[in-house]
Amino acid sequence: MIDCRPGLGRQFLPREASMRLVVLGVGNILMSDEGIGVHAVTALMDGYDLPDCVEIIDGGTSGMDCLDRIAEADLLLIADCMRSPGKQPGDITRLADDQINAWFKTKISPHQVGLSDVLAACCFHGISPKKVVLIGVQPASFDTSMELTPAIAAVLPRVIDDLLAELAAFGITATAKAA
Amino acid sequence: MSKRITIDPITRIEGHLRIDVEVDNGKVTKAWSSGQMWRGVELILLGRDPRDAWAITQRICGVCTTVHAITSVRAVENALGLEVPVNAQFIRNMIASAHALHDHIVHFYHLSALDFVDVVSALKADPEATSKLAESLSDWPMNSKHMMAQTKEKLATFVGSGQLGPFANGYWGHPAMKLTPEVNLLAVAHYLQALEAQRHASKIVTILGSKSPHIQNLAVGGVANPIATDSQSVLTVERLLAVKEHIDALSEFTRKVYLPDVAAIGAFYADWTKYGKGITNYISSPEFPTDSKGTQFMVPGGHIPDADLAQYKPFTAFGDQYLRDGVEESVKHAWYTYSKPGALHPYQGETTPHYTDFQDDGKYSWLKAPTFYGKRAQVGPLANVLCGLAAGHQPTATYATQMLNTVSTLLGSKVGPEILHSTIGRHAARAIRSGVMAEVLAQNWSMLIENIGKGDHTTFNKPVFPKGEVMGFGMHEAPRGLLSHWTVIKDGKIANYQCVVPSTWNAGPRDENDEIGPYEASLMDNPIADPEQPLEVLRTVHSFDPCLACAVHVHDDEQREIVQVKAL
Repeated sequence: MIDCRPGLGRQFLPREASMRLVVLGVGNILMSDEGIGVHAVTALMDGYDLPDCVEIIDGGTSGMDCLDRIAEADLLLIADCMRSPGKQPGDITRLADDQINAWFKTKISPHQVGLSDVLAACCFHGISPKKVVLIGVQPASFDTSMELTPAIAAVLPRVIDDLLAELAAFGITATAKAA
Repeated sequence: MSKRITIDPITRIEGHLRIDVEVDNGKVTKAWSSGQMWRGVELILLGRDPRDAWAITQRICGVCTTVHAITSVRAVENALGLEVPVNAQFIRNMIASAHALHDHIVHFYHLSALDFVDVVSALKADPEATSKLAESLSDWPMNSKHMMAQTKEKLATFVGSGQLGPFANGYWGHPAMKLTPEVNLLAVAHYLQALEAQRHASKIVTILGSKSPHIQNLAVGGVANPIATDSQSVLTVERLLAVKEHIDALSEFTRKVYLPDVAAIGAFYADWTKYGKGITNYISSPEFPTDSKGTQFMVPGGHIPDADLAQYKPFTAFGDQYLRDGVEESVKHAWYTYSKPGALHPYQGETTPHYTDFQDDGKYSWLKAPTFYGKRAQVGPLANVLCGLAAGHQPTATYATQMLNTVSTLLGSKVGPEILHSTIGRHAARAIRSGVMAEVLAQNWSMLIENIGKGDHTTFNKPVFPKGEVMGFGMHEAPRGLLSHWTVIKDGKIANYQCVVPSTWNAGPRDENDEIGPYEASLMDNPIADPEQPLEVLRTVHSFDPCLACAVHVHDDEQREIVQVKAL
């Protein structure tokens, strides 16, 4: 097994004193449902007050730019669009840790390449996030549009609930902002 | 007996490129470059407020976010005749040059070096000899024997685990791999150190752009954030001092690691100076304006026909007429239709999709085929460096001379700038340009500090949109080359918007006269040692820094997957 324990590459990056959780939304918001991950983290940012130890990143379709913030996080929580055979549009899939490596190998998400490169680089460097969880949503359409399709927009609240549940497992309480 | 090879990447970042080649007697005889994804951003922009266009266009691509943002505001400013405060120019210049360094370093070490570096061979290297070699090339402090031994150990763990991570699916042991184990180990050590270096560039973009990967500190008319000496929410002197530390670290890596590494690896692959020339009609944007109008630039750009530096003609200002009037796009071989025959100028550009399937002699790409006065043109750092040499730009000449001298010493024979028109030459040009970028970045920092010191804190001029129609274009020398956005604005709303991106210039399909594009031309006559493992094709295409940080599949005629390659 590769030793991907955090801390092996500590000489390269300063270690944070406290817990650090990163919520990363990935996707292209110009291609309708492809942008579900970004829409989800944007809604999370707009709708909830979260403690300082939670960082929310609108990652778009980028890769290496996020290395700094992903490195050595206690939790990397990814929201993304994810195509899996046999799933219906709007189905939500949760993957964690080892399953994610397997997911990268089978190439389901359009962005896994940039992201998998970053995680692989983190691993080689010894600065992997301690836990990685992915919440993936089966898309209905990749048409050119800045709006989600109705089927996917309808599951957005559930995606946000799932993200909040993952944070809650780390003891994070989010308070809904007053409307 | 000719053999057809199709290399079809599966990424969705901008470009999504597929390359087909026909190989006869071990050489490429025909080539097709095909963009496999429709980029419909132009249609999304219609009817929108031009002040919002930059935030939307920076979503086109995950690699080139900031460059589309900057080019978009320049297009709208050009349409309005709006001047930009010099502070805003300096801040934009720093964001652009830091982004360029990030892109160039990541491209070389993390996305393309593995075409030339055999990672597995590095396990046979002697760390002491590696360190000696490295120290003969530069006085970078992280070239010690200890550092090389540590890298080798890390690599052994990785390879021993059977999970190569970023190095999986490489062409290890391919007959076209030529580096000694020591040079391979040196490259792996610097691969890791480059991860650290790119962080500095990323930090600069984040601090100055307020956010990354999508910057927020930008506006039509300047930048969004005011400059102040006493507030946390704006650009403070304290933050600027932090930026300077990152600039210095980035600059040292560029000079002491990136430039010598490209020279050393290039010298081992001197053969590749003979391949990949392709189209030698070059265009490049002048960049880094230092006045509010965009008439004075720190790095020149223009047109070089037929590789002849003596015929260099500069583009002199934003809105340059010679550039503006020369650009057309053909869709004869692209999956679009126009309402009238022939190629169209971007102001009249149309975006009507018309998919036909892949037709060797017909339509085969989502990219249009741009031309400059009817001819194909190559864009990118090579075009930019050649313009610098033609214009007598001192920093370009300095780093080019340094690069060519190091290569000459390693080869034991004198080489000149003519070797730059090649596959390996494009890598050399990118490193040369990085040396220039590091200087530009530091100079803009000084100019900004000096100007703030004079009491000028202006960062924004408010745009005013007239009734009726105005049009303009923005140009930018992006990491992949000349990028232009063209817009027609009617009563304050976008009536037309066209992006002519570097990858369109270089990767575009055959044009109105059925002439092949730069990627296609550069692949002709490339040797192919093993059609099942077309490493040579990847080398030439990757030398352009295509937007394909991706895994690719190689298919044979029956579309059966025969090889899976990690074409980073």
